[in-house]
Amino acid sequence: MSALGELRKLSAGKRPQTAAEKAFIKKDNRRDNKAAYLFLLPWLIGLAVITVGPMVASLALSFTKYNLLQAPKFIGLDNFIRMMGDERLHNSLGVTFVYVFVSVPLQLAAALALAALLDRGLRGLAIYRSVYYLPSLLGSSVAIAVLWKQVFGGEGLVNQFIAIFGIEGRSWIADPSTALSTLITLNVWTFGAPMVIFLAGLRQIPVMYHEAAQMDGATKWQRFTKITLPLLTPIIFFNLVLQIIHAFQAFTQAFIVSGGTGGPADSTLFYTLYLYNRGFSNFDMGYASAMAWFLLLIIGVFTAINFWASKYWVNYDD
Amino acid sequence: MTDTLTTRSITTDSKNRSREAKEAERQYRRARGWSPWKSVLKHIGLILVGFIMLYPVIWLVVSSLRPTEEIFRNPGIVLDSFEVSNYSEGWNTLSEPFHVFLLNSVLIVLGCIVGNLVSCSMAAYAFARLKFSGKRWWFAAMLMTLMLPIHVIIVPQYIMFSQLGFVNTYLPLILPKILATDAFFVFLMVQFIRGIPKELDEAARIDGCGHARIFGVIILPLMVPALATTAIFTFIWTWNDFFSQLLYLTKPEMYTVPLALRAFMDAQSSTSWGPMFAMSVVSLLPIFLVFLFGQRFLLKGIATTGGK
Repeated sequence: MSALGELRKLSAGKRPQTAAEKAFIKKDNRRDNKAAYLFLLPWLIGLAVITVGPMVASLALSFTKYNLLQAPKFIGLDNFIRMMGDERLHNSLGVTFVYVFVSVPLQLAAALALAALLDRGLRGLAIYRSVYYLPSLLGSSVAIAVLWKQVFGGEGLVNQFIAIFGIEGRSWIADPSTALSTLITLNVWTFGAPMVIFLAGLRQIPVMYHEAAQMDGATKWQRFTKITLPLLTPIIFFNLVLQIIHAFQAFTQAFIVSGGTGGPADSTLFYTLYLYNRGFSNFDMGYASAMAWFLLLIIGVFTAINFWASKYWVNYDD
Repeated sequence: MTDTLTTRSITTDSKNRSREAKEAERQYRRARGWSPWKSVLKHIGLILVGFIMLYPVIWLVVSSLRPTEEIFRNPGIVLDSFEVSNYSEGWNTLSEPFHVFLLNSVLIVLGCIVGNLVSCSMAAYAFARLKFSGKRWWFAAMLMTLMLPIHVIIVPQYIMFSQLGFVNTYLPLILPKILATDAFFVFLMVQFIRGIPKELDEAARIDGCGHARIFGVIILPLMVPALATTAIFTFIWTWNDFFSQLLYLTKPEMYTVPLALRAFMDAQSSTSWGPMFAMSVVSLLPIFLVFLFGQRFLLKGIATTGGK
């Protein structure tokens, strides 16, 4: 069961228990509580010190001016007011939205299409799966970003290829109108991970559904749209939520390809990259914290919209 | 249907589908209007897609063995010269030889793997097997942290670690793993332990085993596949990690492989693409090897956690 499924179940509420069950659980509890909290101790400390503590501190810092050297100074909502007038921030939001809402659908479409093509019993399935999956392991590395910078550079691999057909290319990375598309391409290139999840989901669809439809004369395409897609919607939803959350946080590739600046002309200045520059280049820690909480809000809103919209298109058979 | 997408069902699925079953499936397909021509076309298409996808990486490897000026002239992947000078040059370009960075990365990766294996398996045992007060809330909290962007915690975390004097040590990178903050792996292991028959620990309990022994003697040995998945994913993610290493490591002798590559790129002139490609290949090689030998565990893990 996926993490999202778990959350859904948890929010659905507790199963009613009989009195006998309750009594039994109570007796059992006394024995396990101490052991359980001992086993959870590292995780609990981590939750407090590494996750929740810093989260709260970051919220507090977002109302201050802080540069690491002097003590934080409370400035109320000034950071948030400044954010409303910060042109670069608005631009970085735009860049991030384009990246997320172009690359994620393309990536998932590629993942779904190839998963559907890799039928059960296809010869060489394991090899295809490995080949398509490999880029998603390499994709987040600095080395691949270095490679991308060359491939889409002025004298890069892409231009060498199109030169064969007599087309003169330009530096895709140095041109503000194309720089972002090279990063989108990179994210689409890593469709292997969601593809593997789709493949696992496809395996769960009973063959007899397809057989029955085939006997009734359904074409391949009809079977795909009427059987496979509806039954796969929970997995599509799972992939969509995860990949959107993930894409909002993209950082390394933009950092390396643009040399840390988000250039040219801020065209690859992801929100996270701008946040990093505010916080760790300018040591504007209060502002960076405010930005971080705004990011959390954005991701939260989009995830909530996703969950809400899922009622209308995701089929749960339970 | 998400409910059936467990680690276990995927393993059994692939194990049970023996050769004969596959053959039967093929015959079945053939009987139902399967045509060899369509199939050949489909394979050509699939191979083409794979080739195009891997082409840049193959070209990277081939180009690293060519003189630098050829990188900007030769888009082919037929190797006619074999120059290792890029490797020897790249190895020694930065202030430290490249094996220093490799060793640093290995050290961090090992620390993270041990940390994740110990702490995540302990937490997972509690969530999967023990009944305790507030379990629902703790479990929900764990699942929520799965989706938390690192940026919301990174600024105070950085302040905390820098005031503790941990900047330019590996502690800020390893400590969070020892404290099980990678909820992905806790969740993965919870799923796995749930699939282990409960009768086993109940029998041990009747025999007088405490939780420490049930965990150490029964559960841990049975969850080796989940531990392997965790170790492999931790390896790859830590090896590729750039953001936190960029924050916490600023001294060149502490640099890891990604930071070294980045420093390389900042320092480079137009003539050093060859050595830089060579070091890029060196940095990707461990991931490729882990992928080659640990693929089974990777594919299983990704289906439960959704991967990265």
